Amino acid sequence: MNFSRRTLLGASAAVAAVAATSACSATPGGGGGQAVGDTIKLGLNYELSGAVATYGQASVDGITMAIDEVNAAGGVADKQIELIKYDNKSDAAEATTLANKLMTQDGVLACMGPATSGNFKATIPVANKNQVPVVSGSATADDVTWNGTELQEYAFRICFNDSFQGTIMAKFAAENLGAKTAVIIKDNSNDYSKGLAAAFTEEFGNLGGSIAGEEAFVAGDTDFNTILTRIKGQSFDVVYLPGYYSEAGLIIKQARELGITAPILGGDGFDSPKLLELGGAAALNDIYFTNHYSSIDQDPKVIEFIAAFKEKHGEEPSAFNALGYDLGHFVADAVGRASELTGSAIQQAMASTKGFVGVTGTFDMDEHHNPVKTIVVIGLKDGVQDTSEKIG
Amino acid sequence: MTEFLQQLINSLSLGSIYALIALGYTMVYGIIKLINFAHGDVYMVGAYVGYASMSILRLGFFESLILAMLVCTVLGVVIERVAYRPLRNSTRIAALITAIGVSLLIEYTMMFFVGADPRAYPAMPAFMNGSVNLGGVIIKNQQMLIIGVSVALMILLQFIVKKTKMGKAMRAVSQDPDAAQLMGISVDRTISFTFAIGSALAGAAGVLVGVYYNSINPLMGIIPGLKAFVAAVFGGIGIIPGALIGGYVIGGAETLVSSLGFSLFKDGVVFAILILILIVKPAGLLGKNRKEKV
Repeated sequence: MNFSRRTLLGASAAVAAVAATSACSATPGGGGGQAVGDTIKLGLNYELSGAVATYGQASVDGITMAIDEVNAAGGVADKQIELIKYDNKSDAAEATTLANKLMTQDGVLACMGPATSGNFKATIPVANKNQVPVVSGSATADDVTWNGTELQEYAFRICFNDSFQGTIMAKFAAENLGAKTAVIIKDNSNDYSKGLAAAFTEEFGNLGGSIAGEEAFVAGDTDFNTILTRIKGQSFDVVYLPGYYSEAGLIIKQARELGITAPILGGDGFDSPKLLELGGAAALNDIYFTNHYSSIDQDPKVIEFIAAFKEKHGEEPSAFNALGYDLGHFVADAVGRASELTGSAIQQAMASTKGFVGVTGTFDMDEHHNPVKTIVVIGLKDGVQDTSEKIG
Repeated sequence: MTEFLQQLINSLSLGSIYALIALGYTMVYGIIKLINFAHGDVYMVGAYVGYASMSILRLGFFESLILAMLVCTVLGVVIERVAYRPLRNSTRIAALITAIGVSLLIEYTMMFFVGADPRAYPAMPAFMNGSVNLGGVIIKNQQMLIIGVSVALMILLQFIVKKTKMGKAMRAVSQDPDAAQLMGISVDRTISFTFAIGSALAGAAGVLVGVYYNSINPLMGIIPGLKAFVAAVFGGIGIIPGALIGGYVIGGAETLVSSLGFSLFKDGVVFAILILILIVKPAGLLGKNRKEKV
C-alpha cells in the first residue's frame, strides 16, 4: 500500500493546482457537509480503473460490505447511508475534481478514499476548504495527515504509516528472533523501501543491535547473486528486505540457493500471491513480514469477517478488503457519534475516536489523525501463512 | 578467495547471457550495418514462448528451448521482411528509427496480451535445481546449464559461419553485397538467414534467463538488449568473437562493480564503458580501423 512513488509527482502538481484555484475562487468555504433528506450521503472517491485499480476496487468491496451491514442494522442516526461512488481513474487531478464534486454538488457528509497516498493527498485541500472530512483506509506515506509541522485538519487515515513498519520489524527481530546483527537490502529507487530501512536501522540500533551491512538494488533488477554473495561473506542474524514482492521473491529465491539461511524480514510489499510464485515454496521458510491484517488471525471478529466476505465474494479477503471494511465502519461510527450531521461535527467525532474495534486491529485516533494500532507480523512456512503475531 | 570464485561464477553466467544476445546484434550489424534494437525484444518473446511451452504445453526444458528458438527464428525473419527490407536502400537513420519502432511495437503488443505483471517460470525438474558445493563455492546446476548451452551454441555458430556454404555467403555479403550478388549469392536469403540465426540465439537466451531468474515481463528485453549492444560495440561491432569477449567483459564488469559494494552503479559503469570505448577505440577491441569507403 505504498504506491506513493507512482502518484507522488501527479499529486504534488494537483495540490499546487488546487491551492491556486482555492486562492482565487470566489466560492465561500463551508458550503458542503449538510445532511439533506432522509439519507446520509457519503462519498467514495476511488481508483476503479487505471494503474492501481486493484487497490481501489478491493477497498470499495470492503466499504460496501460494511455499509450494507450498518444499513441492515437500522443505519445511523435513524437514517440509511447512501454511498455515492466515483472513479478517479488512479489520477490525482481527477481525484481532486471528484472530491470537489462530491462535497459541493452531491453534498456528502464525509468522503472515503482514495486508496493511494498521492491521490489521497490531492483531495485534502478540498476537504479542508469545504470542511468535509476525507478518510483513507490505505494511504500509508508518512506525511499524509501530519508533515511534522502542520496538521491536515479534515484528513484522517485508519492504517499505520510506512516507517512504523520498520520500527516494529526491528523490535520483532531483536525481541522475538533474538537478532543482534542485521543486513539490509533495500530498493533505492523507492521512497517506501528507503523509509522502512531507515526506521528499521534506527530502532534496531536503539535496541542494541547493529547493522552489519547494507546493499541496494533498483526496481526491475533480476540478478541479485552478486550482492547476495557479498552478504554471504558477512556474519549476521537476520536480513531486512523492505521491498515489493516482484524483486523480493527473486532475492529470497537466490539467497536460499546461495545458502543464506537466516530469517528474511520484510514489509507489506510482500503481501501478494506472486511472492510464492516468484520465490518458490522451498525458499519461503523463515520469512516474516509486517502487515495490516492476517487471514489466519484467530480473533472472532476477524473469523466472522472472513466468513462473511467469502460468502459474498467467493474469495479470501485481502488486506485492502479488510481496511476498506474497517473504513466503512469507522466512518459510520463517527457519523453516529457526531453531535449534529455536519462535516465539522463528524470531523470532531473522528478526531476523538477511542477504542475503535476493527478487523485490522483496535485503535485510538492520535492528535495527528493517525491511528494508534497494532501491526501484524506474519511468518511464512513453505510459502503459506503459518504464524501471525500482533505487535504494537 | 571463495567469495572471488563465487563472483567469478556469477559473472560467467551473466556474461554468457549478454554474449548470446550480443551475437545477434553483431551479426546483423556485420551484414547490413543496422543496429537492430528490436533484438532485445526477440529475447523477451523467446522467454515467453518458453514459458508457454513449459506451463501450457507441458514440454520439457530442452524441447521448450528448441521451440522458443524456432518461434524467434520466424519472428526475426518476419521482422526483417516486413520492417527492414523495404528500407534497405534508404538512409541508415531511417532504418534505425524503424528498429526502435519495431522494438516498442513488440513490447507493447506483448504487454497487451500477457499484462505488465511479472510472471514466474514453472517449477523445474529436480536436476536443474541442484547445486554443487566446491569448498564453499556454490555452483548452481542452472548456472552450469547457462554457461554450457551458451558455449555450445556459440561453437555451433562459429562452425556455421566458418565451415558451411551459407556461412561463406554471409561473410561474402558482409564484405561487399554487390560483389556477392554478382557471384550468384542471394543477398536477400543470406540476410534472412542471418536474422534467423541471431534471433534463435536471442530466443535461447530468453528461455535460459527465464529458467535462471524465474521472472519474466514484457519489458525485460530493454536493459539486457542495451547491455548486449554495449558488449557488441566493445568487442568490435560486426565481429563475432568480439561479441563473445564483449559479453563476458560486460558481465564481469557489472559483477565486479557490485561486488565492490557499488551495486547501484553497475548499469552506469556498463554505459561508461560504452562511452570510453567509443572515445578511445571506436572500432572496438578486435576492430580494425578501416577508412570509410566513398
